[in-house]
Amino acid sequence: MRYVEEFRDSARVKALANAIGRVVTRPWRIMEVCGGQTHSIVKYGLDQLLPEGLELIHGPGCPVCVTPTEKIDAAVWVSQQPNVIFCSFGDMLRVPGSSEDLLTTKARGADIRMVHSPLDAVAIARENPEREVVFFAVGFETTAPANAMAAYAARRQALTNFSMIIAHVLVPPAILAILQAEGNRVQGFLAAGHVCSIMGTSEYQLIAATHRVPIVVTGFEPVDIMQGILMCVRQLEVGTFALENQYARVVRPEGNGPARALVAEVFEIVGSDWRGLGELAVSGLALRDAYLSYDAELRFPRPCSVTSIPSACQAGAVLTGQIKPPQCSAFAKACTPEHPLGAPMVSTEGACAAYYHYRRRSIDGVVPVPEFAVS
Amino acid sequence: MESSPSPSLQCPRPLHSSRVIQMAHGGGGRLMSELLGRLLPLLPGSEKPSLRHDGAVVSVADWERLAFTTDSYVVNPLFFPGGDIGKLAVNGTVNDLAMCGAVPKVLSCALIIEEGFPVASLERVLRSMAAAAEVAGIEIITGDTKVVDRGKGDGLYINTAGLGVLPSGILIGPQKIQAGDAIIINGDLGRHAVAVMGARADMVFDPPVESDSVPLHRLVRSLLESGIPVHCLRDATRGGLASTLVELAESSELGIRLFDDKIAVGESVRSACEILGLDPLYLANEGRCVVFVPAKYAEGAVALMRELPEGREAVVIGRVTREHKRMLVVEGQYGTERCVPMLSGEQLPRIC
Repeated sequence: MRYVEEFRDSARVKALANAIGRVVTRPWRIMEVCGGQTHSIVKYGLDQLLPEGLELIHGPGCPVCVTPTEKIDAAVWVSQQPNVIFCSFGDMLRVPGSSEDLLTTKARGADIRMVHSPLDAVAIARENPEREVVFFAVGFETTAPANAMAAYAARRQALTNFSMIIAHVLVPPAILAILQAEGNRVQGFLAAGHVCSIMGTSEYQLIAATHRVPIVVTGFEPVDIMQGILMCVRQLEVGTFALENQYARVVRPEGNGPARALVAEVFEIVGSDWRGLGELAVSGLALRDAYLSYDAELRFPRPCSVTSIPSACQAGAVLTGQIKPPQCSAFAKACTPEHPLGAPMVSTEGACAAYYHYRRRSIDGVVPVPEFAVS
Repeated sequence: MESSPSPSLQCPRPLHSSRVIQMAHGGGGRLMSELLGRLLPLLPGSEKPSLRHDGAVVSVADWERLAFTTDSYVVNPLFFPGGDIGKLAVNGTVNDLAMCGAVPKVLSCALIIEEGFPVASLERVLRSMAAAAEVAGIEIITGDTKVVDRGKGDGLYINTAGLGVLPSGILIGPQKIQAGDAIIINGDLGRHAVAVMGARADMVFDPPVESDSVPLHRLVRSLLESGIPVHCLRDATRGGLASTLVELAESSELGIRLFDDKIAVGESVRSACEILGLDPLYLANEGRCVVFVPAKYAEGAVALMRELPEGREAVVIGRVTREHKRMLVVEGQYGTERCVPMLSGEQLPRIC
């Protein structure tokens, strides 16, 4: 596979690991923002290649993980309404709401379908004019254009039986929240390459300059991540705070114009609730007035309900990088992929699931944890 | 083009020539009898009375030990590149017997058909079962047909049970696995899962991906007849290679190490995994088995397997160790390692 395999090349990865080892003179803490990067790091064991004291902190960039329980509850409720076909990406189906997850709701008889694209849900709406089709529009800036396209296409096709539950969040406000949090431990960021491929890099340039923190827009393959780390530690060692773009083969400074225009046409920026981070101003997307008729939460008003999160779950601390998943008392005990207490244990991009899948051997005490992660 | 007469002038079609399955086809009466009259000749050995009787009588005089298994097939869609539910129903049960070290002999076949199912599709499935049985060299000797109300089935479900003969002195199973055993697989991973997933979602792959469904008993027999002391055999079906090996690590109370760079995954399957966010180690196979042999026999076993088409790509992919008991650890290409657990739930495509 071109554009994939050369970025997994052993010799290149090892050369970059050596280069990082030569550059680093003292401990540093870098956060990789995106769950896709966390998954690669843990799957390929990239952290095992880093010098002692260079710590990777796993960021909140997993859309499944930061979607608040409230939204899952809304999805579960809407999917149970008469005549509804509820469509979702696969990994949202297992995220626990306060009473159950969507897979359980499906097993109890709701018509819940896994789709690979929001436009598949639009097609289902077109083919089933007598049914109400609801799509669970979840994600960061990366999925926003496709989800915007679904609303845009539904409007152009004059569909009246299509709507969406919107749980859209934005990366820069989360980075700011982490930087401004008391006891912040993060000294540099690997920004999420695919988010920047849509939005461009200017927002990050501003954060890097105002908060005096190096940010490297980074891809997802082992070579990308190792190179991103190298660029970031080089800046940390010499004390510069610039925005750099490791993922230039995909990310242009101005981003993707047509995609941004579509997002701006359909969505407006609003305050949003994040699992783990709480309510953040100007951090999410909502449908603009012209598209409000596609808002499923308006179409299916839900009686007020109280949403509770299992108390043992420390997803918030994990998502802000304050603890590593195994430091949570519920990890691999009360909370497993089979019975997740929090969303980070569900998605393969969630830090807890990544540790559970690839690091259980060390957690179970058979061999010691590779000590990259001392806090 | 000939114009067809208007419906009112047409002689009503006699009920029994229906092109779709009706409830009465499972009712035990005339329609059922006629349906069986159409279907049974499609199977080899259909002249045998047992196929029209409630059970088959099998002579076991010189069969020292029997292996017995049953499996139900509910694949959706019923037809996919490289196979269909009928081929799976034969090969799957043949392989379950083969993994016991047995020589498969006879199968039963129970059909659960949804009302409205096209008879032509049923015939196509039966022909496919007949062809697979012939390739595998086994007989289908008894069966059953039931029809369920429309909406209460998924077109067609098949159950097959199988009997096989176990040569004396053969004991194969997780309890025989020993530290130091080499683990061999007979080919690449994930083709069945991707073929079915692609057919389900109308995805087209280039090059096309076909199911790897194939009977494995000849491969097993060739190993056993050569005198290689095979410790354990397991086909890597649902849950994929990873779940299969974790299960064996747990039941043998030993650790299993895999070498990432030895595991073959075809170009199209790899691409599908990249796009959909799937891990080939968890993808279902229908023609892949892992073979555990003492390390000193590994080379001979690989050579022998490669003589057969279903073992052409046989390769040692791992070994059994006393370390990390009950766990599967994959040695990656950068000298790092990762722990691989059993598949939890279904593999779900990722958001991004």
